[in-house]
Amino acid sequence: MSRETQKILTTDGIPLEESLKKAEKKNKLKAFLLVCPLLLFLIITYVFPIGDMLFRSIDDRMVTNMLPKTYKAMENWDGKDLPDEEVFEAFYLDYKKLVEDKTFGKLATQLNYEKNGFKSILKKLKRKMKKFEEGNYKEQIMGVHKRWTNVEYWRALKRRAPAYSYSKYLKGVDMYENEDGKIVQVPEDRRVHKILWVRTVEVAFFVTVLCFLMAYPIAHLLATLPMKYSNLLMICVLLPFWTSLLVRTASWMILLQQQGIVNDFFVWIGLVSDENRPEMMYNKTGTYVAMTQILLPFMVLPLYSVMKTISPSLMRAGKSLGGTPFVAFWKVYFPLTIPGIGAGCLLVFILAIGYYITPALVGGASGTLISNQIAFHMKSTLDWSFASAMGLMLLTGVLAIYWVYNKLVGVDNIKLG
Amino acid sequence: MSKNSQFVKFDKVDKSYDGKVLVVKDLNLDIAEGEFITMLGPSGSGKTTCLMMLAGFETPTNGEIYLDNNPISNIPPHKRGIGMVFQNYALFPHMTVYENLAFPLRVRKVSKDDIDKKVDKALSMVSLTGFENRMPGQLSGGQQQRVAVARALVFDPAVVLMDEPLGALDKNLRESMQYEIKHIHESIGVTVVYVTHDQGEALTMSNRIAVFNDGKVQQLSSPDKLYEEPVNSFVAEFIGENNRFAGQVTEITNNKCKVKLDSGSEIFANPIAVKSNGEKTIVSLRPERALINSKEKMENNFKGKIEEVIYHGDHTRVRLDLLGNKEFILKVPNSSANMEIKLGNQINVSWNSFDARALDPK
Repeated sequence: MSRETQKILTTDGIPLEESLKKAEKKNKLKAFLLVCPLLLFLIITYVFPIGDMLFRSIDDRMVTNMLPKTYKAMENWDGKDLPDEEVFEAFYLDYKKLVEDKTFGKLATQLNYEKNGFKSILKKLKRKMKKFEEGNYKEQIMGVHKRWTNVEYWRALKRRAPAYSYSKYLKGVDMYENEDGKIVQVPEDRRVHKILWVRTVEVAFFVTVLCFLMAYPIAHLLATLPMKYSNLLMICVLLPFWTSLLVRTASWMILLQQQGIVNDFFVWIGLVSDENRPEMMYNKTGTYVAMTQILLPFMVLPLYSVMKTISPSLMRAGKSLGGTPFVAFWKVYFPLTIPGIGAGCLLVFILAIGYYITPALVGGASGTLISNQIAFHMKSTLDWSFASAMGLMLLTGVLAIYWVYNKLVGVDNIKLG
Repeated sequence: MSKNSQFVKFDKVDKSYDGKVLVVKDLNLDIAEGEFITMLGPSGSGKTTCLMMLAGFETPTNGEIYLDNNPISNIPPHKRGIGMVFQNYALFPHMTVYENLAFPLRVRKVSKDDIDKKVDKALSMVSLTGFENRMPGQLSGGQQQRVAVARALVFDPAVVLMDEPLGALDKNLRESMQYEIKHIHESIGVTVVYVTHDQGEALTMSNRIAVFNDGKVQQLSSPDKLYEEPVNSFVAEFIGENNRFAGQVTEITNNKCKVKLDSGSEIFANPIAVKSNGEKTIVSLRPERALINSKEKMENNFKGKIEEVIYHGDHTRVRLDLLGNKEFILKVPNSSANMEIKLGNQINVSWNSFDARALDPK
């Protein structure tokens, strides 16, 4: 007897397998169309901007395009001594065109990033250039300012030749490629970014720890109290959540400033004297206090949702089997809350590491974080490529943390609700 | 070795949660060593509260509980050494079966070798050898239940409490687990206090049953006595089926009384809770004690009309309209002799006065 199964046909003679596939295909298409708006939204608002950001952070074509003749002429220059007349002429022609187009200012800014002092000699060159005679541009340009005779400036110019560079990333960690092409640290007194990175991680870490220490008992209480009390407590947890971030931060400013309510209280109970009111605002303390308060719900909610699912009989079982209340907690209850702890800590840490408004308002000089620096470059110096580079470094950091977390705890164990 | 007949003793225990309503009222209960005692009752009758007080998760409002003659009200649960099986098993989901069983031993600082031995023994007792490394989530409901039982027994507690442990299992599994628990109890002789609302479970497993209602023990006796000789109408109603006739006592002698029913007829009954003429009463009769077309001469003999016939395989349930009671149930064994049981037929029903128990009117 043949063991082969006969092909099952539908009533109209098409093999059942095929018509099933057809039907499934239709369903799949329907499902895809349903998620399409979200997909488009994500691509437009997320994938595209991040891609653009990545591109911007390495894009260095601006200078390259501004000085096309110069860089062509520089191809043959070995970079040891001053370049030839050919390069000087090309640079003169390029720069003349920029002056006519009134875009020379951008070049000055860009080259000044590369080497300090470029801006002023370019301006001077612009003024003197009007009287230049044809030919022998090397002499004429070198006569404008003695820095033009310094080979360092020409080397700096050449360094900007490649259309793409990672120099912004180096700058983000206080390093740069020196004249010899080696990657070295910037002078000690100019290492601002490293301090900011360390401070950002430090603040994010301690805010996470503080949030965890405060949220755990709250979440436990929420999960175990009878409904009518737990609802009230839940509202207390969520109320700040519903209030505008700015309002909350501003209220911390009112509370914590030197003439603020908390300081008044300290003076009143005699903890500190009136002259020595501690500074709790516009420094790290202010950042810690305000950020912890603002991020607390993000820790409470995942913890609560996990604790809610832990049957109270487990703790009872632990006790009835002979465990002291502490042992029952530590061996039974605590391990079961780890998914919530993981979710909460990850959430709070990631939010804290990129926090912007609160440190900007209450952080002062010693309490600002890397995101404030990014904002500074976005808004004030307009060095978008540097801002993008730092933003991407931040993103990479967060992804790295996520990866480590996944290795240690497993993302599958995360429970957000 | 003489066994302590008051191994667990509830002494005038009251319990109130809100200070207004007593959930347990003046409870006195002695449990002998090695006994399997079941607390049976509808939900809200106080049986689980009693168990929780014994386990130490609730404290009595009044009175004292003694374990082996020592008062235990002030001893926290983890020092009582009482094993407990919870309704939803309460296995630790993040530990393997082995770790679950080792938990009570580890907190008691038992050596590693002894833990291995005891866990092995406990697992073989519930026939789960080889399951040490499974997680509870990988086990079926019945297997989880066995692990829970093994865990409650592994540290050799003097008393094991079981709070409706079979409630979540399906019927077949529940029955086989009943026997299994009963056999474990018989083989190791531990004292078991078992709480359930399932009377079948209680009757199958227990040495004695305490029927709870309204915070009080209504009757404490062996399963057969409980079924055959309920002392009040609640127990008669709660345990098994019974046919009830409300009426008034008109004549009473030592072991017989005449009850005039509301429908006017008079029946003979066994006076259990009535003492004098004129008392109101409810007469309770087990369905299987009433016979049809009996050749034997019995004091009560009436005609009834068949209202409903339900076929149950080995027996047939017949609902009669008898003496004004339209819910009179008869259980007729399935034999060829009983062919005339058909809807609408009139049949003769008779029973002994001894089996008709005149109880409190409630």
